[in-house]
Amino acid sequence: MIDARNLSKHFTDKKRGQIRAVDNVSFICKPGQIYGLLGANGAGKTTALRMLATILEPTHGTALICGHDMVEAPEKVRANVGFLSTATALYRRLTAQELVEYFGRLNGLSEATIKKRIDDIFTRLDMNSFRDRRCEKLSTGMQQKTSIARTLVHDPPVMIFDEPTLGLDIMTSRTITAFIRECRDNGKTVIFSTHIMSEVEKLCDTIGIIQSGKLLAEGSLPQLRDQYSENDLEEIFVKVVTPHFTAAGAN
Amino acid sequence: MSARNIGIVYRKELTEALRDRRTLISTILVPLLAFPIMGIGFTTVAVIMIGKAKEEIPKVMILGGEDSPGIVEGLKKLDKIDIVPPTANWKDQVVNKDIRAAVEIPPGFQADIGHEKSDTVSIYDYEGEMKSEFAAEKINKYLNDYRDSVVKQRLTTRNIPETVLKPFEVKQQNVAPPEKVSGAAFGGIIGYMVILLCMTGAMYPAIDLTAGEKERGTMETILSSPISRMHLVLGKFLLILTAALGTAAISVLSMGISFTMLGHYAGKAVGGASGFILSLGPKPILSIFLMALPIAVLFSATLMTIALFAKTYKEAQSYLTPMTFVAVIPAIAAMLPGAELTPKLALIPILNTSLVCKEIISGTYHWNLIAIIFGSTCLYAAAALFLAIKMFQRESVLFRS
Repeated sequence: MIDARNLSKHFTDKKRGQIRAVDNVSFICKPGQIYGLLGANGAGKTTALRMLATILEPTHGTALICGHDMVEAPEKVRANVGFLSTATALYRRLTAQELVEYFGRLNGLSEATIKKRIDDIFTRLDMNSFRDRRCEKLSTGMQQKTSIARTLVHDPPVMIFDEPTLGLDIMTSRTITAFIRECRDNGKTVIFSTHIMSEVEKLCDTIGIIQSGKLLAEGSLPQLRDQYSENDLEEIFVKVVTPHFTAAGAN
Repeated sequence: MSARNIGIVYRKELTEALRDRRTLISTILVPLLAFPIMGIGFTTVAVIMIGKAKEEIPKVMILGGEDSPGIVEGLKKLDKIDIVPPTANWKDQVVNKDIRAAVEIPPGFQADIGHEKSDTVSIYDYEGEMKSEFAAEKINKYLNDYRDSVVKQRLTTRNIPETVLKPFEVKQQNVAPPEKVSGAAFGGIIGYMVILLCMTGAMYPAIDLTAGEKERGTMETILSSPISRMHLVLGKFLLILTAALGTAAISVLSMGISFTMLGHYAGKAVGGASGFILSLGPKPILSIFLMALPIAVLFSATLMTIALFAKTYKEAQSYLTPMTFVAVIPAIAAMLPGAELTPKLALIPILNTSLVCKEIISGTYHWNLIAIIFGSTCLYAAAALFLAIKMFQRESVLFRS
């Protein structure tokens, strides 16, 4: 489970002064559910998810992930998390198998466990044909599968996806969305950020709309439809964020 | 601290480095070829060039001398010199290398000699131009011999013995063993090369493992794994250090072989008597390698810290290129004539290592200074490594935008 409590991240920019990239964000994401963080570019999605993955440290607030405090025990949190984004690239000069083995070792798994996990995952994702091929020689689809295998090798109970389909073709995107669904079906806690409405509609159990670092609205799709008297998610999104866009612009 | 985790990162970085052509070139190929090319190649080329220059029959112009046929005839009879007719633009001809030198005989020169009046014969050459200097040297030798013969003749006429001009001889003799002489002459350049190649070896991996990772997007991938940042930075540091030491080790070995061969070759060239004996046995090689160890740690940690600030490979290169000068200037300073190791200089990083390498090669071991150098460089290296670990924990450095 993810329990984010007043999560905030402030940066200082020489020209713009202090920037509140994430501002007092609190939410709960339960096992067997997909939480979708929906926001425009620069809304604070990536910063929020990077904090949950303990890549960035929060300025204020914290989150409990599988019972571990992300500020006090970041390494324990990372051992329970699988983090995937378009920014998480692969080591070009390692083969797909070597890369997954490397992350298995970093997660403290024994060689026997790593071998078993790799055999399972590579068979399930149909990766055996390119397991000994270097990552630099893999197609985008193969690379995404390898990334998925990397996040799965230690079988983490929490999965964090930061715009995982950004810039991918439709077939590769489908592989990713199918994988996200599979994670939920396997009882994992899934948090997922995107600005693509259709993905949220298809995948998410709970949607959080974020803009200027603030979580402005939260609920299931039917709840948001009721609250904003709109059927289309895009319209709901526009209704929620427009006042904040104007305020940000005025500032 | 988990040695297991550091080992995992190190093994992975080593696997990747051994598959990377650029790392292999900078770590193995460059130091392997630098000394043979510099030593044997350069010497061979120089020997050939000098030989060719000596073989050439230079064109020389005689200016004046119409009333001094004796000296003109003497110059014309000189072996392997081609006397050309005088022209007004003789200076341009020397500069344009159409002729190699010109010699100006003053009016009434022969008559003045007869009257024991002093005159000046001028030789015009192109300074720094080897063939021109060889031509000037030949003319100079002829004129000196001629002058000696005139002096001799005058002394004979006056019944004065020749020894009146040379009441005693001065003889300067070297008592240092040949390897020490060669060490003093070439030791500086060896220390300089080891330091430079140590840095070159560390530079590419330092960029690749920091800015390179950021640029390729793998930094975020590795930071999302449970490994602590300290273990991660230490694993990376060990790989950079391996590259630096690998480069140093290969360069010292390559240098040993190259100079031994060069010594043999040069010894033969001068008849095997005096001259060039650069002894690089196991003791100096091992000592140089040991002295290179803390400097390699210092370079590895410093380069890694600086490269970490960059967002891209190119940006890191632009930060690290000036670092080469920072390392090279003190290393060159050690090569300057008269630069000797003192307790104060033993505290200046890079310069101290370069100076001690010079001493080691000439067979001198000042153990107290060696201890100061090793200790102080270890201290600087530890500080640089501490800084690298601290920088790796700063978000503003890792995610600089």
